[in-house]
Amino acid sequence: MRMPLSALIGLVLTGTFLFIAIFAQWIAPYPLDDSSGGQWEGFSAAHWLGTDTIGRDILSRLIYGAQVTIFVALASSLLAFALGAFFGFLAAVKGGWIDQLLSRLVDLMMAIPSLIVALVMLSVLPLNLTVLILVMGILDSTRVFRLSRAVAVDIAVMDYVEAARLRGEKGGWIIFREILPNALSPLVAEFGLRFIFAVLFISTLSFLGLGIQPPLADWGGMVKENKDGLIYGKSAALLPAAAIAALAISVNLVADWILTRTSSLKGGRGG
Amino acid sequence: MADPLLQIKGLVIEATSYPPGEPPKTVTLVHGVDLTLERGRVLGLIGESGAGKSTIGLSAMAYGRGGVRLTGGTIHLNGREIRLADARSLRRLRGREVTYVSQSAAASFNPAKQIMEQVIETCLSHGLCSKAEAEARARGLFRKLGLPNPDTIGNRYPHQVSGGQLQRCMTAMALCPKPDLVIFDEPTTALDVTTQIDVLAAIKEAIRDTGVAALYITHDLAVVAQVADEIMVLRHGRMVELGETGQIIHRPVQDYTKALVSVRGLDHAEKPPAPPVLQVQNVTARYRGTNFDVLKNVSIDLPAGQTLAVVGESGSGKSTLARAITGLLPPSQGRITFAGRELSADLAGRTKDDLREIQMIYQMADTAMNPRQTVGTIIGRPLEFYFGLKGAERDRRVQELLDQIEMGKGFADRYPAELSGGQKQRVCIARALAAKPKLIICDEVTSALDPLVADGILKLLLALQAQEHVAYLFITHDLATVKAISDKIAVMFKGAVVRYGQKSDVLTPPFDDYTDLLLSSVPEMELGWLEQVIAHRKMESAGN
Amino acid sequence: MHPILKLVVQRIALGLLLLLAVSAVIFLGVEALPGDTAQAILGQSATPQALENLREKLGLNEPPLTRYFTWLGGVLTGDLGKSLTNGVDIAQAIGQRLGNTLFLAGCAAVIAVPLAILLGLIAARYAGRWPDKLISAVTLTTISLPEFVAAYFVIFLLTQLFPVFQPVAMVFPGMSFWAKLHAIALPVIVLVLVVLAHMMRMTRAAILNVMQSAYIETAELKGLSPMTIIWKHAFPNAIAPVVSVVMLNLAYLVVGVVVVEVVFGYNALGQYLVDHVTKRDLPVVQAVGLIFAAVYIFLNMLADIIGILANPRLRHPK
Repeated sequence: MRMPLSALIGLVLTGTFLFIAIFAQWIAPYPLDDSSGGQWEGFSAAHWLGTDTIGRDILSRLIYGAQVTIFVALASSLLAFALGAFFGFLAAVKGGWIDQLLSRLVDLMMAIPSLIVALVMLSVLPLNLTVLILVMGILDSTRVFRLSRAVAVDIAVMDYVEAARLRGEKGGWIIFREILPNALSPLVAEFGLRFIFAVLFISTLSFLGLGIQPPLADWGGMVKENKDGLIYGKSAALLPAAAIAALAISVNLVADWILTRTSSLKGGRGG
Repeated sequence: MADPLLQIKGLVIEATSYPPGEPPKTVTLVHGVDLTLERGRVLGLIGESGAGKSTIGLSAMAYGRGGVRLTGGTIHLNGREIRLADARSLRRLRGREVTYVSQSAAASFNPAKQIMEQVIETCLSHGLCSKAEAEARARGLFRKLGLPNPDTIGNRYPHQVSGGQLQRCMTAMALCPKPDLVIFDEPTTALDVTTQIDVLAAIKEAIRDTGVAALYITHDLAVVAQVADEIMVLRHGRMVELGETGQIIHRPVQDYTKALVSVRGLDHAEKPPAPPVLQVQNVTARYRGTNFDVLKNVSIDLPAGQTLAVVGESGSGKSTLARAITGLLPPSQGRITFAGRELSADLAGRTKDDLREIQMIYQMADTAMNPRQTVGTIIGRPLEFYFGLKGAERDRRVQELLDQIEMGKGFADRYPAELSGGQKQRVCIARALAAKPKLIICDEVTSALDPLVADGILKLLLALQAQEHVAYLFITHDLATVKAISDKIAVMFKGAVVRYGQKSDVLTPPFDDYTDLLLSSVPEMELGWLEQVIAHRKMESAGN
Repeated sequence: MHPILKLVVQRIALGLLLLLAVSAVIFLGVEALPGDTAQAILGQSATPQALENLREKLGLNEPPLTRYFTWLGGVLTGDLGKSLTNGVDIAQAIGQRLGNTLFLAGCAAVIAVPLAILLGLIAARYAGRWPDKLISAVTLTTISLPEFVAAYFVIFLLTQLFPVFQPVAMVFPGMSFWAKLHAIALPVIVLVLVVLAHMMRMTRAAILNVMQSAYIETAELKGLSPMTIIWKHAFPNAIAPVVSVVMLNLAYLVVGVVVVEVVFGYNALGQYLVDHVTKRDLPVVQAVGLIFAAVYIFLNMLADIIGILANPRLRHPK
């Protein structure tokens, strides 16, 4: 099957970002905290993308920033997925009071915007990577919960699941052999969307000064550090902003493509 | 000689299909069909799904549904060519010269507007008459179509009237602007059989009284025989046969038409009474959180190796009975005995043998098979689960079962999406057989299939019963199917069994009221049947 | 009681219950987290005696439930307590800022809502053709941008490349209405951009969903003109989903406003909240968080109620 151009671009860019994130230490031309340049220098051979508010190489900080941003976003979306999918499937398959309890709890958590909840929580908790990953992962797991529960409930009422129950199959076979293969494609695409959300969320928190703390570099924090330059026509803040946008758009393109591709596998999406 | 009302020549209809992951491709739905309809005549279009009958019907309005294109031939309505007409002249003729009655009136009425407003809308928008006049006309039609409270029913919203009534309202909507031609697209298919007969009679009377011409589209030959002057048989977008109604149903020429006519002729000799394998005694059940019983004191026996047909309309509780027997809905009262042992009411309390010996086949084979499993896995799993068969041994047994359902080699590696409707249902049968059951519950297993395919499935089930000595609990709403397969019959109505016994006894008068209504409502393939039944019912109600 | 009234009353009751539950989460949930308010204020070097005195003063030694009900009672009577950091009365500090926030969000909504519906209609009308594709491509991009990123692109564009606006948005009492409008033009543009994309995409989907109904085909087969079909058959059925989409997105606006205020240094509720999160001033954070949550819950409730009111099946029961 041919891959659409948009997906190819998305895949290449996403791959590049991942590569940069993994090998940041070897790629970056300057160490993280090397402030040997002048303030807001322009593009030059020594500093390809110029320097920031205290003379650090922007390219190097973007590369280190990719590592931190992508690591935190990936970790929190994995956590959100593990929690959300597990409890979502559990609620769908068990039903009854377990379903009621979990669903009402999620309703309550989703009754307030995630950013507000996060701000309230972060006003008490210490600001470190573990706390950030936990807070974002737990908040975002509510959306994964809703999706996986809905998908699993749709599949659980199918006659083939009933047939398996009438055959006497145990819960494991029903979840892993009957439901999961048919729920996979919407969940995979959802993972892409959750990851984007996590990137945007952690960037926003860092921008507000409540996310990743110096001396670590991350894209949202870099926008914050360099935003004052904008008034003097120094575009240093736009580079990390563009990096956030580029990562979000490329993952979006890949997620879109995965959704259409998996749904056209042999056997269709089921139902 | 004036032009015919509708003359279609060499009609070609195409659509674009978008197979996921492949480039779009053009498919031809109708290959050069000719059709002529004179004023005041009724032409029936009949065929299986995919025959192109609805597509042809809508072409009389120069309308292609969902991206369907009328690409070739000519369509003349009242002497004017309309296939290539511009949007403005099409708007002038749609709703004024031709109107349309769809299968699902419930979806075709705007839920946010009163019925009357929608019925008279065409008259007003085309400036045919004043509002008062149109409303009077509509009320007259409501009365003629036998709607209750014809003077006020127009003030109601679509969701406030029943499905059968809404179908009549849609007929009124189509007739109100006094068109030359009405297209009826399966107008009674979604209705229960006892409702269908009244709507059918109302439509027929309205057609006769108004003198309107009609295209009547349906898959049911017996239904179209009641209303049409002529019948055109279609298959795969081509005409198979065209003739007067009497000729088509009594003296069909083409083999395909002959097959369609004789499909309901299947009869099955009843087996003598024998000791039961399944006994349902005084079972009463209700769904959790509701306060009425969906099964009321139901008792039936099913002898080993025989077929008990459970007949009823939607809401009669026939499928609920299946759920009670399988343990999905534990009864609140009564007991179920199977092969000499009492079954636990609850699924969880049943032994592996209990589960193995009762198998189930569903109406929609599509949703009864996991789309991510191959046919081999689907049939092989019960072999593995119940008998521990593995590897080559399992594959050999899967192939045996495939041979038994007459599908042969090469299917084990395919996915359900690659099978036809009939093949899917056969695989479901093989999956049930794999467990070596004593009882198979068949829940409307032929209802979703075209008649000829359904016929093949019934024959297969009968042959398998003779080989394997398995009993069937056969749930259906279709009496022709009942006659074709059953040894015993239970008629259900509102959760209770109202008539029960050997097939010959159940189908022989004197009847109880409901069974009488049900049996007499099933369309029979003879001319004038509808008039006879209606006349008979009027006489009876006058007699009371 | 008319069944629809019953449903509306039920929905309002649910909204109030939710708000109560949220207040408990904001107060008690925060209590349960590791962290010590007194320690947060005095820092790591505080002596145990000083900590104990402060706890006593702030009432932190009472059981949490007692303090929750005291707090809740205060909230209900308009007493939000005092700021830990500067002792200012919170209700008073919020008053003016809430007005500013509502002014900003209101201006954004007034522009975004009609624009989103119009663009949604155009995209739905030309579904699959170039106007739809263009609108979809542009909105897909803006959806991928967090508010602050969009904000800096807009700032760079409109203050540096085409210098028509000031990069900070200062409003103060006594400013004329027009001067205020000019001052907040940039943040409004950013908010509109961000909300518009979501709102327009959902409007398009809602309208397309209605246009694919069988009753629209019925109307076409009656020979009605496209305008009549849209106006008489599509519109009455599309209004509920569209209004509900609008409300849900106004709720998004509540979040967007927090970030945008910080970007532009706009002295209002969002910035006030972020400032005090940084200062770990819990009473302020709880009070402002509750206000944002209440607005959000209210808008969601409104969306549901409009959906109930517009449903013909509920309005005209059998």
